[in-house]
Amino acid sequence: MTRRFEFLLLLPAGVFVLAFLLVPMAALVPVAGSGRLGWSAYLAVVTEPRYRATMISTLVVAAATTALTLAIATVAAQFLASRRFPGRDLLVAMLTFPLAFPGVVVGFMVILLSGRLGLVAQASEALFGERIVFAYSLGGLLVGYLYFSIPRVILTVMAAVEKLDPALVEAARSLGAGPFRIQRDVVLPALAPALVAAGALCFATAMGAFGTAFTLATRIDVLPMVIYTEFTLGGNVAIAAALSIALGLVTWLALALARNATGAVAAAG
Amino acid sequence: MRLSTLAAGLLTVLVAAFLVVPALVSIVAGVSVSYSRGLSEGLTLDWIFEVWRLYADTILRSIMIALATLVVTLLIGVPAAYALVRRGGRLARIAEEIVTLPLAIPGLALALALIITYGGVRELRVSSAFIVIGHVLYTLPFMIRSVMAVLQSFDWRLLDDGAASLGASPWRRFVDIMLPNARPGILAGALTVVTLSIGEFNLTWMLHTPLTKTLPVGLADSYASMRLEIASAYTLVFFVMIVPLLVAMQAVARIGEPRRTA
Repeated sequence: MTRRFEFLLLLPAGVFVLAFLLVPMAALVPVAGSGRLGWSAYLAVVTEPRYRATMISTLVVAAATTALTLAIATVAAQFLASRRFPGRDLLVAMLTFPLAFPGVVVGFMVILLSGRLGLVAQASEALFGERIVFAYSLGGLLVGYLYFSIPRVILTVMAAVEKLDPALVEAARSLGAGPFRIQRDVVLPALAPALVAAGALCFATAMGAFGTAFTLATRIDVLPMVIYTEFTLGGNVAIAAALSIALGLVTWLALALARNATGAVAAAG
Repeated sequence: MRLSTLAAGLLTVLVAAFLVVPALVSIVAGVSVSYSRGLSEGLTLDWIFEVWRLYADTILRSIMIALATLVVTLLIGVPAAYALVRRGGRLARIAEEIVTLPLAIPGLALALALIITYGGVRELRVSSAFIVIGHVLYTLPFMIRSVMAVLQSFDWRLLDDGAASLGASPWRRFVDIMLPNARPGILAGALTVVTLSIGEFNLTWMLHTPLTKTLPVGLADSYASMRLEIASAYTLVFFVMIVPLLVAMQAVARIGEPRRTA
């Protein structure tokens, strides 16, 4: 009786997920093998120099984003968690308000910061007589991904820092440990699960992000951009499908590994 | 003050500035007569009106799509969350894993899969419903997890058994006992769904047609082809829509968690 009731409650969501997630994802598999390259399209991401280079630069940008974001968030979260001072709430609000910005808007923020008419260009012209512009390159993309990731990761790390037992840090200090040793031996091990979970999510998001690169456009070769151009401009559905599957596997794997490492469900951002 | 503390504080302030300054520039540019000539030229709302003239349809469509997405996620997500919590065990975990897959798979890949499978159905392909399907796929996990988290935070079995012993049918127990108790989770989930739907771009860019442009699609269009003031004014409209949702979301989250004495 209750079994049937549970089944009925689950049925609408189940039908939706089957029709619009499982069937379409399964349909992607044969499509990827239907192109000029046949089934070796799946290996194209490794064998074709162009796609391989794209995969590598996407991985590098995502890894750099993750490392920098985690470092910044760890420092800022500890600074904010351990003390109360006037303006602290404002500072937290400033650090988290871009949470809901989509990638396109983040791209526009990067253009305002480091584009042709951007703040950096104006400042550098006033100071050195030369306009510094880096918005439309991999560097600009990295800046955009930092803008996107910092608010999300800071929230997770702050929550973890607040659960940290201050007595542990105090004990280490009274035993004569310096700030560096306290970080290495006490704080970072305690924060590790949160850092791994937030880092994996940050990495997966940076791998698959499309809006920021799309706004900055002009010759940024990251995997989502290549999938998009192969599909819409090149009409190469097979390669687009194969690259999508490769990209999906990488992001899924990153999240799965992190979850196994921490044993906790990664908080979705 | 220690040197290391000072450095940490400085870094924190710099990062906050990095996040806030471009947004402020965008807000100012959206109401300035001329961005390149600076504020001395004065302020104006002309660009906002221009945005409304050019893009009102995208703004309204985004609101409609967000509401439709919300209705669907409520109707299919809330019962599913209850069933998963009741059922528990390995099967429920696998089901939850499958439902949350769209968080692990890039939106571009999901959209490609949807187009390959259903792109041939013309009526669907050219309608906003196609975008709603994508948004439900992407936001459903947030609704389900949010409701599940609340249901797991109290002893639902005790209430359920109590009501059952008084003769309430499973359906009545769901409507009269579970729904009221799950309200904070439903509210938090609803705010998340609407916020994410209004800002969604990765899926929507692939799924949209020239007649079904949403706000973020219009933003991308204005960034590529409009003068900076119009792009900024459009972004300002987006901020005005999204920031209250975000504030409400964080307020609900604060009510939901046990109070801490700070």
